[in-house]
Amino acid sequence: MLEYTKRTLENGLDVIVHEDHRCPIVAINLWYHVGSKNEQRGRTGLAHLFEHLMFEGSAHHDSGYFTPLQQAGAALNGSTNSDRTNYWEVLPTTALELGLWLESDRMGYLLPALTSEKFENQRDVVLNERRQQYENRPYGLASMALMAALFPPDHPYHWTTIGETADIQAATLDDAHEFFRSYYHPGNASLAVAGDVNSEAAFALVEQYFEDIPSGSPIPPVGGVPEVSLLPQATPGETYLFLEDDVELPRLYLAWPTPRLFAQGDAEMDVLADVLTGGKTSRLYRALVYDKRIATDVSAAQGSRELASWFCISATAAPGHELVDLERVIVDELERLSELGPDVHEIERSLAQMEAQFIYQLETVGGFSGRSDQLNAYNIFAGDPGFMDKDLMRYRGIGTDLLREEVSKRLSPRGRVTLSIVPRGSAGRAISGSIPAGVV
Amino acid sequence: MRFPAARIARLASGLTIRAVEHLGPPVVQWIWVVPTGSATDPETQPGLAALTADLLDEGSTTLSALDLHAALDRIGARLGIQVGSDATTVSLTTLSRYAEEGLVLLDEIVTRPRFEPVDFERARDLRRSRLRQMRTVPGAVADRVYLERLYPDHPYGHLSIGTDESLSRLTVADVKQFYHEDYLPAQTTLVGVGALAHDTLIELAERVFGGRATGSMFKTAGDDSVEPAELRNPSAQVVIVDRPGAVQSELRIGHVGVARRIADYHAVLVLNMVLGGQFVSRLNRTLREEKGYTYGVRTSFDCRRWPGPFSMQGSVQADATVESVQEVLTQMASFTGDGPVTVSELDLACAALTRGFARGFETVGQVARGVVQLVQHDLPADDYDQFVPQIEAVDEAAVTAAAAEYLHVDRAVVVVVGPASQFAEGLAALGLGDPQYVEA
Repeated sequence: MLEYTKRTLENGLDVIVHEDHRCPIVAINLWYHVGSKNEQRGRTGLAHLFEHLMFEGSAHHDSGYFTPLQQAGAALNGSTNSDRTNYWEVLPTTALELGLWLESDRMGYLLPALTSEKFENQRDVVLNERRQQYENRPYGLASMALMAALFPPDHPYHWTTIGETADIQAATLDDAHEFFRSYYHPGNASLAVAGDVNSEAAFALVEQYFEDIPSGSPIPPVGGVPEVSLLPQATPGETYLFLEDDVELPRLYLAWPTPRLFAQGDAEMDVLADVLTGGKTSRLYRALVYDKRIATDVSAAQGSRELASWFCISATAAPGHELVDLERVIVDELERLSELGPDVHEIERSLAQMEAQFIYQLETVGGFSGRSDQLNAYNIFAGDPGFMDKDLMRYRGIGTDLLREEVSKRLSPRGRVTLSIVPRGSAGRAISGSIPAGVV
Repeated sequence: MRFPAARIARLASGLTIRAVEHLGPPVVQWIWVVPTGSATDPETQPGLAALTADLLDEGSTTLSALDLHAALDRIGARLGIQVGSDATTVSLTTLSRYAEEGLVLLDEIVTRPRFEPVDFERARDLRRSRLRQMRTVPGAVADRVYLERLYPDHPYGHLSIGTDESLSRLTVADVKQFYHEDYLPAQTTLVGVGALAHDTLIELAERVFGGRATGSMFKTAGDDSVEPAELRNPSAQVVIVDRPGAVQSELRIGHVGVARRIADYHAVLVLNMVLGGQFVSRLNRTLREEKGYTYGVRTSFDCRRWPGPFSMQGSVQADATVESVQEVLTQMASFTGDGPVTVSELDLACAALTRGFARGFETVGQVARGVVQLVQHDLPADDYDQFVPQIEAVDEAAVTAAAAEYLHVDRAVVVVVGPASQFAEGLAALGLGDPQYVEA
């Protein structure tokens, strides 16, 4: 669906250019193939903290990264997850060179400008990000409890990307320098330029600014072990956990480890999530919220990741109702699906949504999940920037029998993590037999 | 780069359509705009407009709620209902090939809602549950208290969701009456933007909405909105919602701001950029990039039909609450005191706005929202063409004048949702009066 040209520079940098001249803007999107999965226990949160440091200036522009770009009319941001860190700018066409220069300077020459003052400031900012997005937010610690239970302590998905507070506090400037040297170099990156550019002119500019950056050393293996040994699913066994939180209504989470991104079973889980909770006609919305009115909301999603994924269903109890009633309805529905599978109309509906979603995502060249971000995602995770068509094809062949098998194979009570988040002082409202989740 | 011109047509039924052909992926967005929002809530029934809007997609006279949603899902449509203070918008996005099917469903939703008692009760109960949950969301509590304090006895003084007391008393008859008296007859506009010719969009609207008797349904012209109760401009005050043990304080600081249709609107935009409207603003620079007290803060002038709130918003670590509040008040006062806007601040703010202008009109959704702004504020069709020259005309004197006119630190309302023991004493010493306490 997307036309593009890809070349790899001698230093290993993948460069992908996509032309679209509708609007006088151009998107730069730069992925580094590093995330919290590359961290060590006791040093969690470093990949994300490092992302913050990338905005604090580099050797030839040693002041805030935002100022020249906002002056040029750009929007910019970055994000980190378990598998990758991305940075993007959307600029007026005329400012492309400025954006490329700044990106190249922080790829090649960040460390001379990285001082302890900047490091300590951004560490404080990140601790406040953690407070705001997780600690001070209702149900905000759920993901930490779930990941810790779904993946064993030596698995790199055992911790969440924001990291543990003590680890963030213990991080040092030396850690940041070492992290940069290990992971921030052309051979571990993919650069997409999309929008109102001529491809040859774009490649020429990219070469001019990036080809002198030396290629780095090979990337250390994840978790200190070959990645392939992390692929088989960790099977946690039946686990019941609870957390007391500053919430009004209890919420239930059911989670399972599932096949990794693009593996057989991954697309099937997306379809199942939609059948279960996508829109008002979905099975669980109808049962829990519409008919029985025992829940205020229900959602399900396949969290597709590079090494392994997880499937999670969550629902909040309506006032006067208990989580055990929600659990029963959900488990019954999964049992029905494991016997009969979804019907043909449900699958068609789901596919219609997927196909529309693929098109809607093409609307913008930049930002999170715009065209440039998608080209990089496919390049990094599938080794092919043009993988979008094959990605969509994964959904087209899915039928009732396959989904029925997937449900019975993967979404059984055995191997399920069940988390209850209940109001403070109401531990008794958790699913019975739950033990406290150790989250700090 | 110019904002694409809309073709305006008036159908025999009285409906106004504004159509924009926008090249790009095969996507169409329709937005139904009704100038009835939460400010139209009867004084004793806050939440009525939002509850009415919530019921629009709960079935029509010809389709049950589930049939309606099944039809939307089959074409991969995206429905969005938003209730603001001055308007309600219902947007529907589809692939271009489903433009007509989508519009037919939009018609079901906005002109023939079913208003079944059982759906009413479910929707109302869900809203009451949400209100209950909002008591533990610091930002939602801060927003509610802030509006209550800024707008006592004024239609802008409540969140669109209303209050539990009001929701518990509402009946399906109230909703029907509101819909027929305040909603349906209001001056309605249909905005259509997409990868279809202007004429095609207008023809589609004619086919779906044109077949009704002349003037039978939609008002044709005239803004008959009446200025609501006089604004009282409350005096300076500090209001605390105590959350013992919370790790951050959620802040709202400011006062009543400006309406959209003021002559110096563009100077206000520039002033806000410098104060807190962008990453490199004064407040974000000091509180985040120098002190590390927060993940980020911002200020905004919410420019409504009548003067909307000006506010600083952010979440800061609890032990830095007093210092952060002080910094906001100091910066608010500085423009007319010892820290007038500098040439480089002015340049940066203006350039960010003018050079960033083209980014705002890339997707059908962006263009459609742009047209909605024109409709909602009754702005001339060429308003966007004036944007760049108007911003460029803003000079230092204009920013200083805007600050003198529209920033009033002497009547700042300070709302803090956080652990009072850590800051109550310090806030009392600010000279804004003794802190008052309210419940979440």
